[in-house]
Amino acid sequence: MIKQKVRVKSFKINDITVTGRSDQTLLEVAKEHNIFIPTLCYLEGLSCVGSCRLCLVEIKGAHELVPACTSKIKEDMEVITTSEKIDSHRKMILSMIFSERSHTCSVCEANGDCELQNKSVELQLDHSLVPYIDSRFAIDASHKNFVHDPNRCILCSRCVRVCSEIEGANAINIAGRGINSQIIHDMDDPWIDSQSCTSCGKCVYVCPTGALYEKEISKEDVITKREIIHNLLKSRAENE
Amino acid sequence: MKTIIIDPVTRIEGHAKITIDLNEDGSVEDARLHVTQYRGFEKFCEGKIYTDMPALTARTCGICPVSHVISSSKACDTLLSVTPPKAAINIRKIVNLAQIIQSHTLNFYHLSSPDFVYGFDAPKEDRNIFKLMQTHPKMAKDGIELRAFGQKIIESLAGKRIHPTGIIPGGVSNILEIEVKEKLLQEIPRAMKIAQNTLKYFKENLHKFQKEIDSFASFSSLFMAIVGEDGSLEHYDGVLRFIDSEGNVLNEAIDPQNYKEFIGEAVEDDSYLKSPYYKPLGYPQGMYRVGALARLNVATKCGTPLADEELKNFKALGRGKPVQNSFYYHYARIIEIIYGLEKIEQLLRDEDTLSENIVARGKINVSRGVGCSEAPRGTLFHDYQVDSNGIIEKVNLIIATGNNNLAMNAGVKQVAKAFIDPANITDGALNRVEAVIRCFDPCLSCSTHALGIVSSQIELRDHHKKIIKIFARN
Repeated sequence: MIKQKVRVKSFKINDITVTGRSDQTLLEVAKEHNIFIPTLCYLEGLSCVGSCRLCLVEIKGAHELVPACTSKIKEDMEVITTSEKIDSHRKMILSMIFSERSHTCSVCEANGDCELQNKSVELQLDHSLVPYIDSRFAIDASHKNFVHDPNRCILCSRCVRVCSEIEGANAINIAGRGINSQIIHDMDDPWIDSQSCTSCGKCVYVCPTGALYEKEISKEDVITKREIIHNLLKSRAENE
Repeated sequence: MKTIIIDPVTRIEGHAKITIDLNEDGSVEDARLHVTQYRGFEKFCEGKIYTDMPALTARTCGICPVSHVISSSKACDTLLSVTPPKAAINIRKIVNLAQIIQSHTLNFYHLSSPDFVYGFDAPKEDRNIFKLMQTHPKMAKDGIELRAFGQKIIESLAGKRIHPTGIIPGGVSNILEIEVKEKLLQEIPRAMKIAQNTLKYFKENLHKFQKEIDSFASFSSLFMAIVGEDGSLEHYDGVLRFIDSEGNVLNEAIDPQNYKEFIGEAVEDDSYLKSPYYKPLGYPQGMYRVGALARLNVATKCGTPLADEELKNFKALGRGKPVQNSFYYHYARIIEIIYGLEKIEQLLRDEDTLSENIVARGKINVSRGVGCSEAPRGTLFHDYQVDSNGIIEKVNLIIATGNNNLAMNAGVKQVAKAFIDPANITDGALNRVEAVIRCFDPCLSCSTHALGIVSSQIELRDHHKKIIKIFARN
């Protein structure tokens, strides 16, 4: 197998000249240069899928905005990370995420420690720009330790990725299409009946919202456990 | 024949209207309270997990969320078959009493005091707390301070003033810090002084309202309340007791889990508020009252010195029988504020309250659980049915105000008959029709667990039910 040669490339982000390796994504290079791009489905250590689209940026000459987390850098490209157009797209994307499911913070386990909630503060989205759909999904509380509430799921697929890429169990997948999609265990079995799930809890710790949560756990413990997975992902990445 | 419509009914929590029907000769034939809001908590809670229920049902109300959190958590305790540790029970009791203090104060000072200070016939633009701030600033400040103290206790022990998060299935989530305990204990004497001044003011002015005392929902009815094992006043845990208007005990100790054997719920076609009744007597003969008046009628003692002393005076009003005049709800509420402050002090001083053992863990062990407690307005029931994973399959809520629905309707009719002169309908008379509702201190948003529609009025209708005049208060 011929290994592609990694080269150093120079380009501009917001008129600032930056350099990165040719195998890096726009998001990675921006982060290295302390240029902030909002993300939601992205988690360091996991593969990037560009599912949430919050990291959309503009590349001069391109017809459409592209997600920074999945776009590889190119020599001499000119990238804009913030503009009126980009901001309004991000707000609309966030509104659509909110409107798809029932994100009622006041009665949610993740209230105060929710990445979706924080994102709305960050992007100054104080109300949804599109009407709520008020969909209803059945909660799966069959597992002895964990609960899956699809009503709070944003389909970021972090759980799917961590289960596959870090734990190696492949117990979780996404079924259905469009707004009816939801994460499932094995062949859409109740969680407790999943033969593949190792009950490691990694999916719960990477969930950005209250869609996956641990039963009978205090908020302080949730934050501590999130650190565990963060450190684990970091050490795995370092060992590779 | 005419119909008078009072809409909105003012200075109450929630939205309602009153219709007064006049017969052919022009006298009052009937009067009814219509609760005009619908919300549907019992339905949308289905499919939720039981651990969400305290936070979810707390949203029924912004005045008495603590009651819902407590009854809900107690229902969940039953589902888990656990008994919360003593510290957790004490903290729950303190928070519950703090809410009774703040809610009773709200009714007395913020909502009802203008009637006492300026009289029921005062110009309507004067009958509000802002006028009270101008003419009686100390009294208004005292009311605000006392209510704030109740809210402060809730915040200190349960996290938030409104919709507190610290009470959870199995116990509570925060221990009582010794500094918090000391700080609250220091403030109790000041709050007690305000409460005693309130009592003094009320008793000194009571003679002015004899006609209202005689006609504000003053009739025979049953009374229901939770009592402690020894028959003493209780708000958190105990057995249900029914007494009749003569004071005879109909049921001494009903386990709240079996409430359905004794309480039926009738649905009226003109109100979103259901009408609970005492099943053995049927509907509508089984009308009963709940709330502060009922609690003091049913209980044999308060169990704290100052409240017990005043309870004697209260009981004397009934001359050996239960006090039937709903105007005395106001009196009963002030006694309960005093009781609440005394009891909170006792519970704070209890060494067990400082324990770090504050939650009992468990899994779903039974499929149905009833949580029952005394809310400021009366007995509150949360009844949940769950599957083996704790997903809610069925919810039944009987809200304190709902228990009083039949009595409130009877009261409106009684006041309308006593004060409404169809030839000359005065604002004072209409205010009295509203004020009888205020005696019961209803929380209509809670009682319908319903969607808010801002509208209430008094409708005047003729004998063909045709609306002749609407008295709107928008």
